[in-house]
Amino acid sequence: MAKLMDYDRALELFEPVLGFEVHIELSTKTKMFSDAPNYFGGEPNTNITPVDLGLPGSLPVVNGQAVRYAISLGLALGCSIAPTSRFARKNYFYPDLAKNYQISQSDEPIAFAGSVEVELPNGRMFTVPIERAHMEEDAGKLTHVGGATGRIQGAEYSLVDYNRAGVPLVEIVTDIIYGAEADAPELAKAYVSTIRDIVVGLGISEARMERGNLRCDANISLRRRTPEGEPPAPLGTRTETKNVNSLRSVERAIRYEIQRQAAILDDGGTITQETRHWHEDTGQTSAGRPKSDADDYRYFPEPDLLPVVPSAELIEELRAALPEAPAIRRRRLKAEWNFTDLEFQDLTNSGLVNEVIETVAAGAAPAAARKWWTGEIARTANAQGVDATTLVTPLQVAQLVALVDAGTLTDRLARQVLEGVIAGEGTPQQVVDARGLAVVSDDGALIAAIDEALQSQPDVLAKIRDGKVQAAGAVIGAVMKAMKGQADAARVRELVLERATALPE
Amino acid sequence: MSEITQEQVTHLASLARIALTPEEIVSLTSELGSIMDHVATVTEVATPDVPATSHPIPLQNVFRDDVVGQTLTAEEALAGAPDHDGSRFRVTAILGEEQ
Amino acid sequence: MTTDLTRLTADALAIKLSSGEVSSVEATQAHLDRIAAVDGSVHAFLHVASDSALAEAADIDRRRAAGEELHPLAGVPIAIKDVIVTKGMPTTSGSKILEGWVPPYDATVMTKLRAAGLVSIGKTNMDEFAMGSSTEHSAYGPTHNPWDLERIPGGSGGGSAAAVAAFEAPFALGSDTGGSIRQPAHVTGTVGLKPTYGGVSRYGAIALASSLDQIGPVSRTVLDSALLHDVIGGHDPRDSTSLTDVWPSFAEAVRNADVAGLRIGVITELQGDGFQPGVMERFREALALLEGAGAIITEVALPSVEHAIAAYYLIMPAEASSNLAKFDSVRFGLRVNPKGGGTVEDVMSATREQGFGAEAKRRIILGTYALSAGYYDAYYGSAQKVRTLVQRDFAAAFANADVLVSPTAPTTAFKLGEKTGDPLSMYLNDIATIPANLAGIPGISVPVGLAAEDGLPVGIQFLAPAREDARLYGVAAALEALLEQKWGHTLLSQAPDLSPSEMNATDEGAV
Repeated sequence: MAKLMDYDRALELFEPVLGFEVHIELSTKTKMFSDAPNYFGGEPNTNITPVDLGLPGSLPVVNGQAVRYAISLGLALGCSIAPTSRFARKNYFYPDLAKNYQISQSDEPIAFAGSVEVELPNGRMFTVPIERAHMEEDAGKLTHVGGATGRIQGAEYSLVDYNRAGVPLVEIVTDIIYGAEADAPELAKAYVSTIRDIVVGLGISEARMERGNLRCDANISLRRRTPEGEPPAPLGTRTETKNVNSLRSVERAIRYEIQRQAAILDDGGTITQETRHWHEDTGQTSAGRPKSDADDYRYFPEPDLLPVVPSAELIEELRAALPEAPAIRRRRLKAEWNFTDLEFQDLTNSGLVNEVIETVAAGAAPAAARKWWTGEIARTANAQGVDATTLVTPLQVAQLVALVDAGTLTDRLARQVLEGVIAGEGTPQQVVDARGLAVVSDDGALIAAIDEALQSQPDVLAKIRDGKVQAAGAVIGAVMKAMKGQADAARVRELVLERATALPE
Repeated sequence: MSEITQEQVTHLASLARIALTPEEIVSLTSELGSIMDHVATVTEVATPDVPATSHPIPLQNVFRDDVVGQTLTAEEALAGAPDHDGSRFRVTAILGEEQ
Repeated sequence: MTTDLTRLTADALAIKLSSGEVSSVEATQAHLDRIAAVDGSVHAFLHVASDSALAEAADIDRRRAAGEELHPLAGVPIAIKDVIVTKGMPTTSGSKILEGWVPPYDATVMTKLRAAGLVSIGKTNMDEFAMGSSTEHSAYGPTHNPWDLERIPGGSGGGSAAAVAAFEAPFALGSDTGGSIRQPAHVTGTVGLKPTYGGVSRYGAIALASSLDQIGPVSRTVLDSALLHDVIGGHDPRDSTSLTDVWPSFAEAVRNADVAGLRIGVITELQGDGFQPGVMERFREALALLEGAGAIITEVALPSVEHAIAAYYLIMPAEASSNLAKFDSVRFGLRVNPKGGGTVEDVMSATREQGFGAEAKRRIILGTYALSAGYYDAYYGSAQKVRTLVQRDFAAAFANADVLVSPTAPTTAFKLGEKTGDPLSMYLNDIATIPANLAGIPGISVPVGLAAEDGLPVGIQFLAPAREDARLYGVAAALEALLEQKWGHTLLSQAPDLSPSEMNATDEGAV
C-alpha cells in the first residue's frame, strides 16, 4: 500500500493542479457512424453492422442527431462552435477497437473555449475552464477470462463484444485548473455533478456513471509552494486516474492522489507520468500504462468523412432551445422554493434537485418534496446501496404527498405506502388500497371503538366527565391501538370528549 | 532529410504491428530511403500559402438520419472469426492496456 | 456455337438475351467453358462461381419466360475484381491475410448488379490490396497478359482486364486508386474508366486509399463500359463521399458521340522523355484522327504533375497504413500464433508479418512513417498541398480544353519479373494515371493500336473535369469508331488465340 501524507499537510506543501476528461455517451437511437441501435446490453455481438465490426469495405456515415447533441452540449458549456470541424483517425491497435483506429476529432473539435460555473458544498463558486468538446466513437467491451481477478493481468484469454463499438461519445476536456486548493476533491465531484446536470437537462444522455454513460478521467499534479516573493515552481508531473465510476469516487480518488503524490514528492521521489486505475473497493489507485512520447497516434483527417460546417441558423436554433444553466437555475429555485441556504445545500449535495423539480411540477409543495427525497427515500437508497432515482418516480412521490395533504395518510402510514411503492406494489393509491392503509375517517367505526374503550375504563370516563380532559390520553391511546394506527389522532380526541358526555351514565 | 535508420524502421514496424524479420528491416531501410529521397520533393513546392486538400471533391455536412437499420446476426458476425466462444470473439492474453 | 457467345460484346449479348435467341444459362456456360479452357494460362480468376452463376442465370431465364420486365443487361455475365465484397463469394483482395473470407454483406455495386440481373461468374485476380501495377503482388500468383503470357496484364486490376481481353467475361468491375483500371486497359487492349470520385459508391470496396479509390467499369468496347457505369453509378447514402448528382445516361453519350469542335488539350508533361516511341506513335496517330474528325487539338501544361507521384506515394501509403490496420486476426481472416504462444500483440504482429506480402508491408511502413509524429507536416501535410496544386493546374487546363489527353502509361506491357526488384521504377510507371486520382476527376483508357516495336497494345487516356464523365464516353466512343473504321476490325480480334489448358482457379471454393 502506497504511503500517504496527511491531507492538510499535503496542502501546506503543495498546490493541486487539476484537469478532467469527461466522456458522455449520447442517447441517440443509433450509433455515431452506423445505423445499428445505440444499445449495448443484451446478447453479445448482435447490435452491430459491418461498420461497427470494421469489416473490410465498410464505411462510416455521421449521425446528424449526434452532431446536434454535441453542438447543444458545446453551447451549454459556453463554448464557441467551430465554423468547420473535422473528424480524424486516431491510430492504435487494441482488440476492442474494431478498425484499430478510433474516429475522433483532433485539432478541429466541434466546440472549444468555454467554461462551467460550479458551486462547492461550502458555497464557494468556481469557474472551470473548458478547453474543448469533441465527438468520437466508443470501443467494444473486453472480458478477461482466467486468472484470479477477472482483470487483465494473469488472464488466459479475452473475449470481445462489439455491441458498444461505435456508441456516440462527446469528450469534454478542461483546461488546466488552478486555485482549487483544499477544495480540489469537492471541486472534482461538483464539476462532474454539474456536467451530469447539464447533459440530463439537455436530454442528450442517460448520464449514469455506474453504467458508464458518463466517465471521468482525472488528471492531477502537485506544484510545490514557494515562499512569497519567489517565482512559482514549475508544474509537477501528472497522473491520469481512470475507472472512476461514481461521484463519490471522483472525490475520493482526487484526495487519494494528492496524498499519495505528496508523500512521494516529500520523500524526494518523482511522480511517474502514467495512467492510474481507481479501485472502489480498496479506495486506492494502482499504476497502469506509462504515458510516454512513444504514444504516436498518427492522427490524420478521416478521408471517409466530410467536414461538419454547422449553419448559424442551426446554432441559434439549438442555443434558443438550451435549458437554464445549472448554477443560474439553482439560484432561481432556491428563491422560488423559499429554502434556507442549508436546506438547498443539503438538497444539492444529495444530487436530487431534478427529482424535487419534477415532484413539485407534479403538484407537491417544495418543502414536502424535499423532505421525502432527502429523507426517507435517500435513506432507503443508502441502505440498499442504489441510486435514489431508481426507487420511485417524482410522480409517485407527488401522489404520496397529495394523499398526506388530503388527510388520507398520516406521515407514518405514508412511509409504509412508500415502502410498498418501492417494493413495486404499484402507485401510492394502489398500495393504500391493497394494504388497507388509509386513515380511518369513518366516524361510526371510531365511535364504536371509543365507546368500548370508555366503557372498559369507567374511572377514566368519570375523570373526563369531571373536566379532567388530560385523562382522555389513555383512551385515545387504546383507540389508536385498536385502530392499528389508521386513525387521525386529533379526530379521535375530539370524538372521545364528545362521547364521554354523550354516553349514558 | 530522409535519412532512415534501421531503428526507425523497427519502431515503425512496432507501431504498425508487423513482426518484420531482421532481413526485412535491412531491405526496407534502404528501399524506404530511396523512396523518401524521391517523394520528399513535395516539401519544395508545399509553401505555407497553399491550403491542403484532403478530399478531391469538396462536400460538407453529410449526415445520416438517426434511424435504426439492419444489423448482423451474431452468427454472421462470428462466421469469419479465427476464434470465438459462440457469442464473442476470442483473443489470447492482452499485455498492454486500453488507451 | 458457344464459343461465339464469348466473342460478343455485353451489348450484343444483351440483345440476344432479351430477344430470347440465347438464354442466360447458355451465355453463362459459354463463359465458364472459356474460363475452363484458358484460365490455366491466363490466371485472371481467383474464384469461379460456376454453380451460383448458373443458378442466377437460370433464375433470370425463368423470370424472362414468366414475362417479367428485366433490366436490358439482365442475364449477362460479369467478372468482379476481388477488392469488392461479395456475399457468398470469397473475397481476398489478393491477400493471404483474407484467404477464404466470405463476407456477410454485399458491396453497394454488387447490390446494384444483382438488382439489374447481371450474373457474377467469379472474382478476378489483383495485386494485394490493389497495391501494384502488374498483379505480381497478388498472394495467389500473377495474371498473364493474353497478348503475351510472359508479360504483365497491368495492375492492380490485371485480372479483370485480362478476363475481358481473353473473352472470359464481356465486362468486369475494376477499382482505380492510381490507375488500376486504366493502366491494365492500356496493356491489354481493353477499355477502362475511372469515374469522378464519388460517382460510384465505395461501400464494400476494400479500401486502399479512401480519398483516391473509385470503382469503375472494364470492357472491350466503350459502349459496354458506359452500360455498366449506368448500372453501378449514382448516390449511395452508405458512402459519405458519394455525390448526390443526377447523372446522364453514359450509354446515350456513347451513341451521340461527336468530336466536332471539341477542344482536346495534349498534356505537355506527359509525352516525350520516358515514353516508348511505339506508344507515342500510336498516340499521335489517334490525335490526328480526332483532328480529322473536327476536334481542335491544343497543348496544355500541368506543371505540378512532376510532383504528383511524390504526393501520391505519400497520401496512398498513409491512408493504406490506417485502412489495413483492421487486418489483425481478431474478427476475420488469418491468425498466426507465434511459436511458444504470446500476447495478442504478438499474435497480431505475427499474423501481419505472414499475412501481408512484401509490397503491402513496404507501403504500410512508408505510410506509418509519413504520418508519424514529427514527419506529418513535412510529408502527409505537404502531399495534401501538392494535391491542391494539381487541382489548380487541372482547373487552369480545363479553362482552355474540354478534355485532356495523354498516353495512358509510358510503355507497353513489361515482362513479368522485370520490375519486381525495383519498387521505385514500378511506382514511376503510374505517372500519367495518378494525377486524375489526386484531383478526383474522371479518366478513360481506350486502345489505339499496337506498338510497332513489340506488337503490344497501346492505350490513350482522356481526362475530363469532375462530373463530366459523359464527355469521356463521347470522345472515347468517337475515337473507337474512327480507329475500327480505319482498321476494319476491333483491336482484340487480333489478340492471339489462347490454347486450351488446365484450369487453375478452384471451382466454388476458396483458393
